[in-house]
Amino acid sequence: MSTVIHGGTIIDASGQQQADVLIGDDGRIEAVGQNLSGGQHLDAAGCIVSPGFVDLHSHLREPGQEVAETIETGARGGALGGYTALVTMPNTTPTTDCAAVVEQIRTLGKNALCEIVPTAAMTIDRLGQEMAPLGELVDLGIGIFTDDGTGLQDPRLMRRIMEYSTGLSKRLGRPVILAQHCEVEALSKGGYMHEGEWSAKLGIGGQPAEAEELMVSRDIALMRLTGAHMHFQHLSTAGSVELVRVAKAEGLPVTAEATTHHFSLTDAACATFDPVFKVHPPLRTDADVAAVRQGLADGTIDAIATDHAPHTAHDKEHAFDLASPGMLGLETAFSVALEDSGLDLPDILAVMSWKPAVIAGLSDHQGVNVQPGAAANLCVIDPDATWTVSGQAMASRSANTPYEGRTLRGRIRHTIYAGEAVVVDGEAQR
Amino acid sequence: MSNALVDGNLLGIEGMTATEIEEILDLTDIFAEISQRPIPKVPALRGRTIATLFFENSTRTRLSFDTAARRLSADTMTFGAGSSSLSKGESLRDTVEVIEAYGADALIVRHPMAGTAQRIANWTDAVVINAGDGCHEHPTQALLDAYTLRQHCGSLNGLRIALVGDIDHSRVARSNVLAFTALGAKVTLVAPATLLPSSLAGWPVEVSHDLNAVLEQTDVCYLLRLQHERISEGLIPSVREYVNDFGMNEKRANLLPSEAIICHPGPTNRGVEIDAAVAADPRAVILDQVANGVSVRMAVLFLLLGAGRDLIESPTAEGNK
Repeated sequence: MSTVIHGGTIIDASGQQQADVLIGDDGRIEAVGQNLSGGQHLDAAGCIVSPGFVDLHSHLREPGQEVAETIETGARGGALGGYTALVTMPNTTPTTDCAAVVEQIRTLGKNALCEIVPTAAMTIDRLGQEMAPLGELVDLGIGIFTDDGTGLQDPRLMRRIMEYSTGLSKRLGRPVILAQHCEVEALSKGGYMHEGEWSAKLGIGGQPAEAEELMVSRDIALMRLTGAHMHFQHLSTAGSVELVRVAKAEGLPVTAEATTHHFSLTDAACATFDPVFKVHPPLRTDADVAAVRQGLADGTIDAIATDHAPHTAHDKEHAFDLASPGMLGLETAFSVALEDSGLDLPDILAVMSWKPAVIAGLSDHQGVNVQPGAAANLCVIDPDATWTVSGQAMASRSANTPYEGRTLRGRIRHTIYAGEAVVVDGEAQR
Repeated sequence: MSNALVDGNLLGIEGMTATEIEEILDLTDIFAEISQRPIPKVPALRGRTIATLFFENSTRTRLSFDTAARRLSADTMTFGAGSSSLSKGESLRDTVEVIEAYGADALIVRHPMAGTAQRIANWTDAVVINAGDGCHEHPTQALLDAYTLRQHCGSLNGLRIALVGDIDHSRVARSNVLAFTALGAKVTLVAPATLLPSSLAGWPVEVSHDLNAVLEQTDVCYLLRLQHERISEGLIPSVREYVNDFGMNEKRANLLPSEAIICHPGPTNRGVEIDAAVAADPRAVILDQVANGVSVRMAVLFLLLGAGRDLIESPTAEGNK
């Protein structure tokens, strides 16, 4: 059955136009124009039609921690948030560090409400000791490797993995990207929030900004040595943003992401001792929030990512130090970006859709301009609608949103994945 | 943060006004008198059950609260958790719900991690009293210290207080800075740079790294306990160097004005932060602090559980208790 998105304003990388979109049975856009008609009618009056969002950083917890999230529920949350592709992190159980787990995730993702794109670990079991079989994984089409959750501490092994990755680009057909969670553990150990005024006051061990910045700095130096392509995950400090800015000016092949919480919340939120605000890297200061926004505005930061990290209530009902770090993000990301990123709507769509699509190697079918022949991965946004965040009401198996009770502007109305209207009027269709 | 007694809990000194602190100190006078009686016991909390939840070993604070509860005729129960209960098998909330099911009216909580008393207060209808949460706060210690200073120096207003030692890892220091400065004292933190918090923004204090230079202008020298693990963590080179620079010995005690007093929250490391000879100096009021601890804790329990609650709660709310 064909589908028509009627009455919306299309915004994509090529610009803006008022037009209907006709999607054919083959999951591709058949026509873009005025007064189109088709089988299923999706109203988009007053709404924005955009290429679907691509999240570079989702923890969908499967296999291994299905009590907190599954690929099915995570993808449903993603679709409700306007995402048509989620890049999943490899800290599963077992770790996504070999062909078998990659295949399992892809199998589980086949019927999901958005595209599931696994990454794999750089080192076996993410232990930072032995290189994972990168070649075998590249042959499966894995283009991003990361030990996310921890940074790779050993500079010698990091150097070797970077060198090795450069030899695999031809096999992949594009540069292999190493994504780093930047945190020097010797400095962050014993820290559970940002080290500063608030940690001192609350008596909680702090992680200094320098724990992140030292690893960003190290990896930039090693990029010069090895020629590897790097992506820095969840930049959270003003110093990190500046280091990446300088590296980009130098012409190094580096990209970076920022999470919604790192430009919308500060360490002051930890004053309640509620571990819903505990996250790695930690919430930082007002100055860091401003620097992350500036990094997004000037293109230093290429993408808004969620670091969607579901945890059960049980795993958060501990002392702050002991509670699991992480926050939900998929269903709130767009609205928080609209409220707090400081970006205009077209720029938000760029850093949530077509720019991350390129980094993820998906740009032939995700984040594509809305034109005949393109894969129909789209979302329809009502920028004026308001809604109140409720963790319980989310599709996630967990409820750990830091925005609970907050009223946000901007709501995803419809999401179309591979031509199927998976979300219609804010409701997941399956 | 709203911590004060108006919430029906005592979670920290943070958020308390000078008036609220003084109200407790005034009430403490009554319980200090009761403690002097041949039979130091009143029926104020008869039929009430007070549970001490100690997730961290502490003989003194637990004994002090236990004594205070018994002198008020409350029933007491004790939950002592080894480090195994800090593992993730049972959550903190699970543990609290179990204790609450035994019917406790008040939970006195000691925990090695910051913020736990505040977390627990969100999960229970029982009164929660923070008996020390990690490096965060230890409000009854600050109240008993303020009471002791008032007893010896009359008023804290304008009093020059030096807090000496491991400020960063000290809940006593955090609560005392808040209480002493609220009551008008001038506080100087004296410590090696590695034992100070990473940021002192918003702390109304002076800082010095030179104890000798501070002592002559000090009315109260408050010494904090040095944990030996600070050496293995690389925060200071050795106990010997700490003693050289910050240990209270007779020579340093002589630099203090004659009417000055010396405090320590206990247990003391003799020969480290305080020499035996100084502990025996009549200006050292360490045992007064211990005795006052019982009276202050009686006042706090009375205020939060006894007739004192009528003053801050409507009769209907009291009926729900």
